Order: sequence, then structure tokens, then C-alpha cells
Amino acid sequence: MAHDATTASGTLAPSEGMQGIVADWSSDQRAFKKVPWGKAMMWIFLLSDTFIFASFLVSYMTVRISTTVPWPNVSKVFSLTVGGQEVPLLLIAIMTFILISSSGTMAMAVKFGYQRDRRKTALLILATAAFGVTFVGMQAFEWTKLIMEGVRPWGNPFGAAQFGSSFFMITGFHGFHVSVGVLFLLIMAAKVWRGDLDNEKPGFLTGRRGNYEMVEVMGLYWHFVDLVWVFIFAFFYLW
Amino acid sequence: MTHAESHEHPKPATAKVEGQAHPISVYLWIWGLLFVLSFFSYLVDYFHFQGLLRWSLILLFMFLKAGLIIAIFMHMAWERLALVYAILVPTGALLILTGLMSFEGRYTFDTRGTYFAPPVVEVVKHH
Repeated sequence: MAHDATTASGTLAPSEGMQGIVADWSSDQRAFKKVPWGKAMMWIFLLSDTFIFASFLVSYMTVRISTTVPWPNVSKVFSLTVGGQEVPLLLIAIMTFILISSSGTMAMAVKFGYQRDRRKTALLILATAAFGVTFVGMQAFEWTKLIMEGVRPWGNPFGAAQFGSSFFMITGFHGFHVSVGVLFLLIMAAKVWRGDLDNEKPGFLTGRRGNYEMVEVMGLYWHFVDLVWVFIFAFFYLW
Repeated sequence: MTHAESHEHPKPATAKVEGQAHPISVYLWIWGLLFVLSFFSYLVDYFHFQGLLRWSLILLFMFLKAGLIIAIFMHMAWERLALVYAILVPTGALLILTGLMSFEGRYTFDTRGTYFAPPVVEVVKHH
């Protein structure tokens, strides 16, 4: 019974549904079957990251509910003037579309990785990184604009002081995630391009042999960054 | 799902497709859907919907988008339930935290209303 996960996959199909959960967790060997450990660990890291972002968003909710000073009109604060007309949330909308597109290219990179298409995988990862850089650049523009208008972590001219601290903390932490992601995307693109994953070369930080699951694990992180933005967009910018 | 585990030994580069293999159209469809849903949630703000309608629409589009990203882009729909539950069930605890803190926030708001009272109360006191 203990061997069926590693050696006999195919001869004895693992059970599904609720029974499968109980069987997997009580198998005395590894709970996450058919999942490479790197992927399982990434998921667990993302779960912890979820709690960090949730802490920020929940604190934002708490200060926004409890403040007696009116919250700034977010739609107005984040509007851009185009051709003499104020368009609400324009920059944020563009940033949202850019991040979604980066997720799309990343998902396709993972697919072509498993098909061992080195060229397409590397190019799609580079495209993802380019979208990421664009996103961070627009965020820097947004920060600059707000700081010049007098928004500070301890106060702002538009309303409740808590607006500034929530804004810088939440978008700053998210932007940091995107930046780190871009860095790792560039490293991964280089590895793919050089053929490290095909030749199973160990990386410079680890003795692990390269394989295309790494692209999927990298993709999980990147999609998570997009996922967090979905919540920030809804709760911070639209609420 | 293929035999990712049995590929411990070096394999020639011509190895068959392994790991998550789904047609590219799936990703393109989800990409398009996410664009449409984002556009809809932007319209909610653009048309200045207010109150319950605004909340419910924002939350609906948000959860649909999050669900599509997790299920398709992150391949959660094809993972074994042992992993899916290990990740999604703890996340549910956050709903409780959110509920508790919104209760707490309202209490703080009411307390501030009572103790940092508006000038009206001051005036009444002096008379």
C-alpha cells in the first residue's frame, strides 16, 4: 500500500473524493500525491502570504469602519485627466488589465514548458516580466502623483488620515511582490533559454536538478500576485 | 495527469508532454473572461452604482475572477482534493477574522461617537 504512490501509479488508482482525502492524509508517507514537493511548498508559502495580505486588508477595513472622518473619494483621488476630462480610476484599470495579461502569458509559458518548447517558454516568461515591470512603473507614477498631492502615511488633504497608511502599506507590499517576481522571472527565463531545465542542471542556489515543474511553481507565485490585486482592486479602489 | 514521479532518471528532450497539459484555448478563454469581468467591475465605478447593488456586483466580479485564476491558471481544478482542501479550508478562517473585525470596528466607531462627542453635547453641558 505504501508503494502505490511512487512505483505503481497506473496499476492502482488512488481513491477520489472524501475517501481520497482521508487516504492521502493517513497514508503515512506523503499527503500531497502526484504533486512535486516544490509545488506543494509553494502552495503552503502562498497560503501564509495570503494571511499576510489578509491582515493588511482586514486592518484597512477596520480603520475605515472605525474612523469618524469621511474616507477620501477614491474614485476621484485616483482619476486621471485625459483631454481635459477626468476619467475615474483610469490608471488602476490599465494596471489591472496589464497584470491579467501577464498572468495569461505566464499560464501559456507553463504550458509550453511542459511541451519542452524552450523558445516559446522563455519568450513568454520575458513577456510576463515586461508586463510586471510596466505595472511597477505605473505604480511608481501613481505613488509620485499622490505624494505630490500631499498624501502621507499620517495624513492627506482628502479625508481620513488612515487612507494614506493603508494605501502605502497595501500597494507597497503588493508592488514589492511584483518586483521580486520580475527578478525571479528574469532568472527563470535565462535558465529556460540556456536549456538548464532540459539538461537538468542544478541551479546556483540549490543542488536541485532543473525541470519544467519549476516554471509552473514560478507561475503559481505570479498568478498569486495577480490574485491579490483582484482583492486590492475590489476592496481598496472600488469600495 | 501523467507519471511525473517516474521521471527521476534523465529523459531525452523529446519526452512526451508531462505535468499539467491543457489546450491553449483554455488559457485564452480565461484571459478573455478576466478582461470582461474586470471591465464590468470598472463599469460599476464608472456608472456610480451605490449601496447594495455596488457591493454585490463588486464582490461577485471579484470572486469570479479569483475563482478563475485559482482554478484554471493555478491548476487547482486538476489537483487532488487533499491539496485543494489543505489550501482553501484555512483561508476560510479569514472570513471569521473579517466578521470579528468589522464588529470590532463598528464598536470603536460607536465608542468614538460617544466619548469624542460632537460640540452639541459640550454646549448642553455648560447650560
